[in-house]
Amino acid sequence: MSAPLSVSGDVRVAPERPRPATGFWRRALRHRSFVTGGALGLLVLCAALLSLVWTPWSAYEINVASKLRPPSAAHWLGTDVFGRDIVSLLLVGARSTIMVGIIAVGIGLTFGVCLGLIAAARKGWTEELIMRMSDFTFAFPAVLSAIMLAAVAGPGMVTSITAIGIFQIPTLVRVTRGSANAIWAREFVLAARASGKGGFRITIEHVLPNILSVLIVQATIQFALAILAEAALSYLGLGTQPPQPSWGRMLNDAQTLLFQSPMLAVYPGAAIAVAVLGLNLLGDGLRDLLDPRLARER
Amino acid sequence: MGGSANTPLIEVRDLGVRLNTSRGPAQAVRGVSFALKRGETLGLVGESGCGKSVTALALMGLLPESAVISGSIRLDGSELVGLSDANYCKLRGNRISMIFQEPMTALNPMHTIGRQVAEPLRRHTNCSAAQARKEAIALLDRVGLPDAAKRVDAYPHQFSGGQRQRATIAMALACQPDVLIADEPTTALDVTIQGQILDLMADLVAERGMSMLLISHDLGVIAENVQRMAVMYGGTVVENGATDAVFTRMGHPYTQGLFRARPRLGVRKGTRLKTIAGTVPELADLPSGCTFADRCAIVEDRCRVVLPAAVDVGAGHGVRCLRTDISMAEAAGVLGA
Repeated sequence: MSAPLSVSGDVRVAPERPRPATGFWRRALRHRSFVTGGALGLLVLCAALLSLVWTPWSAYEINVASKLRPPSAAHWLGTDVFGRDIVSLLLVGARSTIMVGIIAVGIGLTFGVCLGLIAAARKGWTEELIMRMSDFTFAFPAVLSAIMLAAVAGPGMVTSITAIGIFQIPTLVRVTRGSANAIWAREFVLAARASGKGGFRITIEHVLPNILSVLIVQATIQFALAILAEAALSYLGLGTQPPQPSWGRMLNDAQTLLFQSPMLAVYPGAAIAVAVLGLNLLGDGLRDLLDPRLARER
Repeated sequence: MGGSANTPLIEVRDLGVRLNTSRGPAQAVRGVSFALKRGETLGLVGESGCGKSVTALALMGLLPESAVISGSIRLDGSELVGLSDANYCKLRGNRISMIFQEPMTALNPMHTIGRQVAEPLRRHTNCSAAQARKEAIALLDRVGLPDAAKRVDAYPHQFSGGQRQRATIAMALACQPDVLIADEPTTALDVTIQGQILDLMADLVAERGMSMLLISHDLGVIAENVQRMAVMYGGTVVENGATDAVFTRMGHPYTQGLFRARPRLGVRKGTRLKTIAGTVPELADLPSGCTFADRCAIVEDRCRVVLPAAVDVGAGHGVRCLRTDISMAEAAGVLGA
C-alpha cells in the first residue's frame, strides 16, 4: 500500500481543490434574501458609481426659478426648494452614504477586530481592560458622541465618519472576542499549541479564519447601521455639510416643506430604507450561506 | 541530547496540579511520580476525571494560566515546571508531541491536512514550504493514509475518523519528538480502527525510539500496548509497575474493582456487570486520607487519616494502600472470578 516516495520534484497538486465553500455561488444564487439584498445593495452602489460620471443635472447648481417642480420629463422626480434635481441629489447622496459606510466600518473593523482578538488571546487584565473600555464607549449614545466630537472638531463628513467609526468599535470588539473565545476553546487550538505555536500565530492562522464568516456578516449589518447613523447625523446638521448632497441632509431640507411637498421627504427616506434593507438582507443571506454546517455539504 | 539508556528521559516527581474551578480550587493531581526512559512506554489508566489528562497537559505545559503546578517535571534533566511559554513553545511539537482524543475536532477545518501536518516542521525546522510539503506527504504515507500525495490537499471534513487520527499522528511525529503523549487516541474510533491505530503507534514508537505516554480508560488497550502502567484515581497514582506485574498481582482495591468491572465475552446472558459502589470523589472536595476510602470494601479507620504512601510489593511494583496484605491475598480470587 505504502508506495515508495516518488514525489520528488514535481508534486502535482490534485486538479480539483475542493474547498469548504464548494458551490458557494450556486447556493447563493438560490438564496432569496441574499439575492434580494445583493440586488438592492448593487443598486445603491451603481447609483454611486454612476454619479461619478453622469447625473441628469448638476447636484450643486441652485436654480430658484425652477424650485419645487413636480416630476416631469426633464426632472424625473421633480426639484427641491433650491431648484436642484432630486434624481441627481439621490445619486450623489448615494456616494457619500457608501463612502461613510465603508470608512466607518473600516475603522470599526480595524480597531474592533484587533482589540477583540487581543482580548481573546491574552485573557487576564488585558481582556478586562479592553472589555471595560468598550463598555465605556458603548455607554455613550452614538449621536451624543458625534455631537461632542462636532463641538470640538466642527461638524462635517470627517467628524461624522470618525464618530460613527468609533461607535462601531465596541460592537465589533464584543462580536470578535465572543467568537474568538469559542475558537480558542476548540481542540484544534490545543493541538496547535501542542505543536508549538504561540498566541500570535494561533490567532492569525486558526482563530481569524474561523471567525471570518461571523465578521463578514457583522460588517454587513454594521454597514447598514453606519448608513442610518450618517443619515441621522446629516439630518441633525452634524454630518455632511451643504452644498454636498446627502440623504440625511435632504430629509432635513424636506422637513420644513412636509405639507407643501411631502414627496421630498419620501425619496431620500426610501433611498435610505432601500440601502439599509438591502444590507440587512445581504447580511442574513451571508449568515446562512457561510454557516459551515451548510457549507460542508458536498 | 542523548544521555545513557538508563537515565530517564522524562522524570516526573511529586507532581501536583491545582485548578481553579467554578466550585473553588480543585486538587486535580497530587503526588504523581513516574519516569520514562528512552524508548519506553508507560500507560496511564483510570476513569474520567481522575487526573490523567491534566497530568498530560501539565507535561505539555498547556494547563490554563490559573493552574498552580508543584513538584518537578524534567526532560533530559532540564526542569520544565516554571519554564516560560516562549521556551515551552520550542519544545512542544518538537521534542514532546501530543495526540488528542477527538480527531474530529483536533484538526482545523479551514486548513488542508498537508498544511497542518507540515506546520510543526515549518515552525521548528527551517525547511522550505516545498520540503515541508514533501515531508508531510511522506509522513502521511508512513501513517498509512492511502494515496497520500493526492490527499495532502484535502480538508479534514473529507477524511474519516480513522484517517483524521492518522493525520494527527503524522502531525505529532513531524519533528521526530522524543516523547509522544497520546491522550485516549482511540477512544473516539471504531473498534476495528482502534486496533490499527494502536498497532501503527506501536510500530512508530519502536521504529523511532520514542518514549510514549499512553492514556486510556481501557484496560485492554493498556494491557496490550505498554511496558509499564500507572493506575490513577482521584488525582493520585494508586498503583504502578510493569504491566504484566500489575495485571497478575493487582495490589490496590481500585485496580481490582476496575478489572472486575470490564465487560467480558462468554459470560452467561443476563449477568450484570460488576461495578464499584459509590461515585468518584469531587476533586474540589477530596477526602483527607485515601481517595478510594469511601468506595473500598476493606477500608479501615486509619485509611481515612492520611494519603497512604506507595508500598513496594516487588520489582518496582508500587501500591498506594495500607492493606496490601489483605488486598493482594484477594487478588488471586479477583483474577479467577
